[in-house]
Amino acid sequence: MTTIISITILGVLVLFLGAMKKQSWLLPAILAGLVISMALTIMDWNSFQSYSHLMIIVDNVAVAFSMVLIFSTFLIFSLAAHYYRGVQRPLDDIYGVMLFALVGAVMMTSYGNLIMLFLGIETLSIALYVLAGSHKEAITSNEATLKYFLLGSFLSGFLLFGIALIYGSSGSFDLQKISVFVASCAGNYPPMFLAGLFLLIIGLAFKIAIVPFHFWAPDVYEGTPTLLTAFMATVVKTAAIVAMYRFFTHTFCGIHGVWETTIWILAAFTILLGNLTGVYQPNLKRMLAYSSISHSGYMLLAVVAFSPMSDNALLFYTLSYSVATITAFGILILIREAHGNDFFSSMNGLAKTNPLEAFCLTIALFSLTGIPPLAGFMAKYYLFTAAIEKGLVWLVIIAIAGSAISVVYYFKPVIAMYLKNPDGKKLTVEMPYKAHLLFMALMIILIGILPFLVIGLL
Amino acid sequence: MLTLLLIILPLAIALFLLTLKAGKAIRYVALAGTLIEFGLSVAAFIQYQTTCHCNLLFSAEWLVSLGISLKFGMDGITLLMVMLTTFLLPVIILASFNHSYNRPAAFYSLILFMEMALIGVFTAFDGLMFYIFWEMTLIPAYFICAVWGGNDRIRITFKFFIYTFVGSLFMLVALIYLYFKTPAPHSFDFQWLYLATLTPAEQTWIFLAFFLAFAIKIPIFPLHTWQPDTYTGSPPAGTMLLAGIMLKMGIYGMIRWMIPICHQSVQQWAPAAMILAITGIVYASLIAIRQNDLKRLVAYSSIAHVGLIAAGVFALNVHAMQGAVIQMVTHGINVVGLFIIIDFLQVRTKTRNITDLGGIASKAPRLAIFFMIILLGSIALPLTNGFIGEFLLLLGLFEYSKIFSAFAGLTIIFSAVYMLWMYQRTMLGKTNELTEKIQDLTWPEMAALIPLVIIIFWIGLFPGLFLDVALPDVMQILSFKP
Repeated sequence: MTTIISITILGVLVLFLGAMKKQSWLLPAILAGLVISMALTIMDWNSFQSYSHLMIIVDNVAVAFSMVLIFSTFLIFSLAAHYYRGVQRPLDDIYGVMLFALVGAVMMTSYGNLIMLFLGIETLSIALYVLAGSHKEAITSNEATLKYFLLGSFLSGFLLFGIALIYGSSGSFDLQKISVFVASCAGNYPPMFLAGLFLLIIGLAFKIAIVPFHFWAPDVYEGTPTLLTAFMATVVKTAAIVAMYRFFTHTFCGIHGVWETTIWILAAFTILLGNLTGVYQPNLKRMLAYSSISHSGYMLLAVVAFSPMSDNALLFYTLSYSVATITAFGILILIREAHGNDFFSSMNGLAKTNPLEAFCLTIALFSLTGIPPLAGFMAKYYLFTAAIEKGLVWLVIIAIAGSAISVVYYFKPVIAMYLKNPDGKKLTVEMPYKAHLLFMALMIILIGILPFLVIGLL
Repeated sequence: MLTLLLIILPLAIALFLLTLKAGKAIRYVALAGTLIEFGLSVAAFIQYQTTCHCNLLFSAEWLVSLGISLKFGMDGITLLMVMLTTFLLPVIILASFNHSYNRPAAFYSLILFMEMALIGVFTAFDGLMFYIFWEMTLIPAYFICAVWGGNDRIRITFKFFIYTFVGSLFMLVALIYLYFKTPAPHSFDFQWLYLATLTPAEQTWIFLAFFLAFAIKIPIFPLHTWQPDTYTGSPPAGTMLLAGIMLKMGIYGMIRWMIPICHQSVQQWAPAAMILAITGIVYASLIAIRQNDLKRLVAYSSIAHVGLIAAGVFALNVHAMQGAVIQMVTHGINVVGLFIIIDFLQVRTKTRNITDLGGIASKAPRLAIFFMIILLGSIALPLTNGFIGEFLLLLGLFEYSKIFSAFAGLTIIFSAVYMLWMYQRTMLGKTNELTEKIQDLTWPEMAALIPLVIIIFWIGLFPGLFLDVALPDVMQILSFKP
C-alpha cells in the first residue's frame, strides 16, 4: 500500500514540478522518488498486510514483483535523459503518466479483489493509450495509440464481462470468497462461471500479448516512442502476467484441471508462433516485439506449472527478461537516433565503431536466447525445472524448440554488428548512458553467475 | 583447489588481455599464460599419481535448493583430457604467430576463454555445471570462427552454432528430467545422476537426447554436415581448437555421462550407433580421397577417425574404451599437427589446393619430415601414437563383433590411401613456381611442432603411463553394466 501511495505522490509531484516550470528537476526527483518507494516496498517484506477489506493484499509475492516493476521503471527513466535531450516541449506529463501507469501495474500485483484488478488494469491501460500517442507529430505514434485504444478498450470489455459473470455465479468479487465458492462446487461448475473464467483469461491474454491475442503488439510497439515501448515490453508485461498468475494460483488452484489445458495450448502457440514470426521481421524493434511475445509464452509455463517453485521461477524470469529487454531497447534508441531507422543493416560493424554498445546488446540478446552463464539461461532453466517437476515435458520440449528458433533472429543483430563492415557512422553516446548500459549488461552476467541472490526469495 | 585454479587462471588471463593495448606483447602474454596453465596441469598429474585424489576435488555450494553445486574434480580420463587441452593450447598459440590477426587482444582473449570453458567441461562433476560450460565453449568458438574466418563465414558459422545449440538444448531437458529421477533430495552431482532410477522408456529418451547432443559435436554421420565447412572456413587457430579439443567433448560426454546414466539403452542401441559411426568412417574416408583442398581433406579424415572412436565407445569393453580414451589424446595431437602443417603451407604458398603444390620435400626438408611423422601418426603406423589407439579400438570392436571390426578396419587402409596420396602430391614430385622458392620451417615454427612429435613417439613407444592413468576409471565406468 505504501508503494502505491508513494508512487502516486511522486506522480503528482512531477506534475507539480512541471507546473512550476522546473523541467531540469524532473528526472532527479523521479529517480530519487523511485528509490524511496523501492525502500518503502522492501519494508513490507514478510509483513503480509491487507488493506481496505482485502482489496489490496501485500504479501511477499506482491512485494517482490512490485520491486521488479519499480526497478524496471527506474532503469527506463535512466534512459530518458538521453532519449528526450533534444525535446523542447515540457515532459512532466509524459513522466507523470508513466508513473501513474506504474501505480496501475503495482495494483495488478497486489490485488485481492477482482474490482481492484480491473481498476489496476484500467489505470495502466489508459495511461498507456496516452503514452503510445505521446509523439504527436509522428503518424506512426497516432496509429499505434488508436490501434491500442480500440482493441484495448474492446478487450477490457471482455475482462469486465468475465468479472461480472464470475460475480454472478459466485456472488463475490473477493478472491478468497471466490475460491471458497470454487471449493464448494466440487467439480460441478456453473457454465456461467466457466464462461466468466475464460473471458477473464482472454482479457488478460490481450494485455500480456499472448497468441492469438497478440496482433496489436508489433504495430503498437513499432509506432510507440521507443522509450515507452521498453516500458510496455517490460513493466506492462510483468504486471499482466503476475496478475494472471496471482489470479490462478490464489483462486483457482483447486480447479487446476479446468484451465490447465487452455493455458498449455496458449503457451505452446505463443512460444512457437512468436518465435517463428520473429524470424521474419525486418528490423530490430519489431523483432523485439516478437521476442517479447514469445517470452510471454515462456512465462505462461510458470502459470501452468504452478508449484512452490514457479513463484521464484517467474520472479527470476521477469527480472532477467526485463533487464535484458531494457538493455536492448537502450541500444535500439541509439541506433534509431543515428540512422533514423532500425533495420539490421543499420547495425553493420557496430562492434568496430562502438564496441561497448555492441557488447551490451550482445549480452542482452544472448541472455534472451538463454545462453549460459547469463541470467536468461538460469531463468529458463528454472522455469523448465518447475515445469518438468509437474510432468510438463512436452511443453518444455516445445519451449526448447522455440529457444532454438529464436537463435535465428537474436543472432541477426549480432552477425550485423560483428561480422559486417561499418558504414562510417559512429553512435555518439554520453558517458552516463554508456555507464548505464554497462551496468545493465554486468547485471545480466552477475545474476546469471550468482542466481541465489534472487532465486529462493519467495 | 588445483582444479579450480585451472579453470580460473585462463579466465583471469583472458580478462587481463582485454585491458592490453594492441601489440606483439599480447601473443606472448597469451603464450605465457597457457604455459603456466600447462605447468599447473602437470602438477595435477603428478599429484594424481602420488597423493590422494581428493586434493583435486573442489566442491562448493551454488544453488542448494536446486541441488546444483560447484563441483569440479579429476579422475584419470578427465586428467588426460585436461592435459591434452593445456598441452595443445600453447602449441596452437605458438603456431598462430605467423599470422597477424586484427584485434589480437580479443582474439587471444577468446582463445583463453575457450580454454577455461573446455577445462570446465572436462572437470565438471555436476551435471548442470557440465551443461553450462558445454554451452560456454560455443560462444568463443563461434566468435573466433566467425570474426576471423574466411569467405562465407557468416553462413557457415551460423549453421555450426544452430546445430550444436539445438543438440545441447535437448541434453538440458534430459538433465533436468534426470534430476527429478535421482533419489530425494535431488542433486545434479554425477554420482547421484548415476543412481537415477529410470524405466526403459525413459532411459531410451534420455539416451537419445544425450546421443543427439554428443553425436553432433563429435560429429557422427549423418550429423556431420556442419563440420567440413566450419573447419575449412575457420581461422587456423579456430580449426585446431575445434578439431583438436572441442570434438573430444562429445566423446568425453558419452563416456562420462551417457554410458553410466543410461547403460541399458546404450547396450540396446549400441549396434545402431555403431552402424552410424562405421558408415561415417567409410563415407568420410571415400570423400576424403577425392578432396583437393588440404583442410577439407583433413576435416573429412577427422570424421573418419572420430567415427572409429565413437564406435569403440559403444563396444563397451575395456580394450575399446581404453583405445577410445588414448585415441582422443592421439587424435587431438595428430589433427592439430596436420592443421599446423597445412597452415604453414598456406602461409608460404597462399593456397591449400593439392594440385597447385608439389615437390616441396626437396626445397623444405624439415617441413616434409615433420609432415611425414605427424602423417604417419595419423595413419596409425606402429611405433607412433595412432597405432596404440587404433589397435586397441579395433581389438575391442573385434571382441564385440567381427563384422563391425572388419568394416571399421577399413579406416586403416583408407587413411593410408588419402594421407599418403596427399603427401605424395604435395611433398614429392616436381616443383612448380609456387613451391620453387618455398622457405623451410623457422625455429619458432619448429617449436610448435617438436612437442607434438615428442608426444607422438612417446605414446607410440611407451603408452603405459597414459593407459594406466585411465584404466581404473574405464573399469569403473564399464562396471555399471548389469
